[in-house]
Amino acid sequence: MQKVKNIVIAGLGGQGVLTASDMLAEAAFRAGFDVKKSELHGMSQRGGSVSSDVRYGEQVMSPMVPAGEADVLLVLEATQIEINRHMLSPGGVLIDPGLLSEGTLKNKKSLNVALLGAVSTVLDIPQEHWMAAIYANLAEKLHKVNDQAFALGREAALQGSIAQH
Amino acid sequence: MTTAERQLLSGDDAVALAALHAGVRLGTGYPGTPSTEILETFDRLGGRAQWSPNEKVALEVALGVAFAGARTLVTMKHVGLNVAADPLFTATYTDVEGGLVIVSADDPGMASSQNEQDNRHYSRAAVIPTLEPIDSQQTYDFTLLAFEISERWKIPVLLRLTTRVCHSKTIVVPRAPVSDVAEPAFERNIPARVMIPAYAKPAHHRLRAKLAEIAAWNEAEGPIRLDDGDSKLGVISTGISAVHAREAAPQASHLTIGMTYPLPFERIRAFAASVERVLVVEEGDPVLVDDLRAAGIQVEGKPEMYRFSELDVARVRRILAGDTSPETVLPKGKPPELCQGCAHREVFQALGELECIVSGDIGCYTLGVLPPFSAMDTCVCMGASIGVGLGLRHALPEEQARRVVSVIGDSTFVHSGLTGIAEMVYNPPATGHLVMILDNGTTAMTGLQEHPGTGRLLDHSTTNKLSFEGIARAMGVQNVHVVDTTDKSVSLKDVIAELLAKPETSLLITRQPCVLAAPKIRVYDKAAAESARQHSCAAAVTA
Repeated sequence: MQKVKNIVIAGLGGQGVLTASDMLAEAAFRAGFDVKKSELHGMSQRGGSVSSDVRYGEQVMSPMVPAGEADVLLVLEATQIEINRHMLSPGGVLIDPGLLSEGTLKNKKSLNVALLGAVSTVLDIPQEHWMAAIYANLAEKLHKVNDQAFALGREAALQGSIAQH
Repeated sequence: MTTAERQLLSGDDAVALAALHAGVRLGTGYPGTPSTEILETFDRLGGRAQWSPNEKVALEVALGVAFAGARTLVTMKHVGLNVAADPLFTATYTDVEGGLVIVSADDPGMASSQNEQDNRHYSRAAVIPTLEPIDSQQTYDFTLLAFEISERWKIPVLLRLTTRVCHSKTIVVPRAPVSDVAEPAFERNIPARVMIPAYAKPAHHRLRAKLAEIAAWNEAEGPIRLDDGDSKLGVISTGISAVHAREAAPQASHLTIGMTYPLPFERIRAFAASVERVLVVEEGDPVLVDDLRAAGIQVEGKPEMYRFSELDVARVRRILAGDTSPETVLPKGKPPELCQGCAHREVFQALGELECIVSGDIGCYTLGVLPPFSAMDTCVCMGASIGVGLGLRHALPEEQARRVVSVIGDSTFVHSGLTGIAEMVYNPPATGHLVMILDNGTTAMTGLQEHPGTGRLLDHSTTNKLSFEGIARAMGVQNVHVVDTTDKSVSLKDVIAELLAKPETSLLITRQPCVLAAPKIRVYDKAAAESARQHSCAAAVTA
């Protein structure tokens, strides 16, 4: 059986961690994979640490990514990198907000989608499913700015070198 | 299979969709993480849902709906079932005509709760058939099954979920809506519904007979899944533990039990006999392992250290290996805090400066216990701030008693604070007492739900509104004050100090909309004004 892909998304309450994980899970779902997504929220709505796990593949069992087994760790806030580093597998990819230079984004709120653009370069999910998943999770007036953000993050990842751990 | 048939749903959403397909006439509940989204989704899908003041009332309303012959769903978090326990223990004695399904969402690991109680104990204590799904598909299927069982045996059924089932999204293939749901109609059946001892005694015998029948059904055709594997190791599990266990030991034989009360002992006994080593993997208390041992089935349980917090694949691997070495301590995340601009901050600032002894309650304002405020001294359960505050007043030396203040939120006050005010008026301490309602116009902690004090329904449309100050005056509280915390001409600290100096009963309401809810409240108010304007225009035209 094909290995399950594990992605952990982390940040602070209000940054769009859960929305990003919904988009990623939906993209994988649209691509025809078995998908499980897990999150913890509640107290996190008050600005605390938030993280969400997405797993996809032929067949997924637990909805939670085991520590040390994340293929991708996407972190939306620099202070949360060290807190979540133990989730990465050896050779796993870390994507953090440092990938984009300050002021690159038109709308700061689209950071989550921009970094998903970077994630899209290392996952086997076709581009059209990403866009459909992003649109499905956002109001129509936000589509254009997030289109641009996704492209920006994808470009930055393709141009630069994404750190492997 | 096309994506049109498959849906990616959280466990909460799966309950809501199943409730819709099951023809649920009314969903009731009280918001509580991780159960809150069930009724919100049910409402969004077109179902009829309402927030009750608390879980006891929610279950009582649902019981009435079921007595009327209609299907009904009640949702709450695990500690909510404590509030609803009084009606629960007798509801199982009664004959419900329409299906009554109670969702209890447990929170092992306490992601957002004050304890990690294991509500499987309630199944045994209240004698209520219990289903425990492993993912969203099973949550959908078990919700429908729960209604069938409830109607077949005229008994409430417990659907026990946990955080990772509620808040994980997995794929669901729904069925078509049920077509032959009965229309409500009242049929008198006094011995089955009036639990005076004369009727309750036979009702208890009837309940045990129902349970025996359900147990026989569970043995014959209950939801149980057997994954045959290596006969060296057999794993028995329930709920989310089952998927962790299958991932941790893919080569083993797995028995996953869907209906976990009453248990299908003979099927479990046969499984246990078919393998060399039998291990029970369950989250929380050793409920299943104790039941199996009591039935004479020799099984291995998990070491005591794994009773605490959630299980995951790594922990199940350790349980399988019998590893009791200390677990790695993971780095702590950033804790939550009171929002910037939140009116509660000023309250805790003032209470801190006055060196008050603060009897607190459950809600976002419980965060007042954290630095920089550190201004909360007790917090037990919904509504306890008032009772505990009164107890402190009764027992402490006068100098300390005069500094005791009970602090409670608006939603929590309606949930369980009203009777506390009655107690304060009835048994006032010699030094009097001060209760503060921190009224931010919403149930902030669980994600901004409405309650009877907001004047809006679950779907945010307008309804009658409770007046806290009116209630307090009618109940006989001696001093009732309202402070708008945006009004800078009033010193909150001075008002508190003044009330503390009086040996009288006082209620101080601090009022300012939650900073997170305020933009939404403006939208609701605008919609209500627009709707009122259209109605008056229509009235003018027809007149």
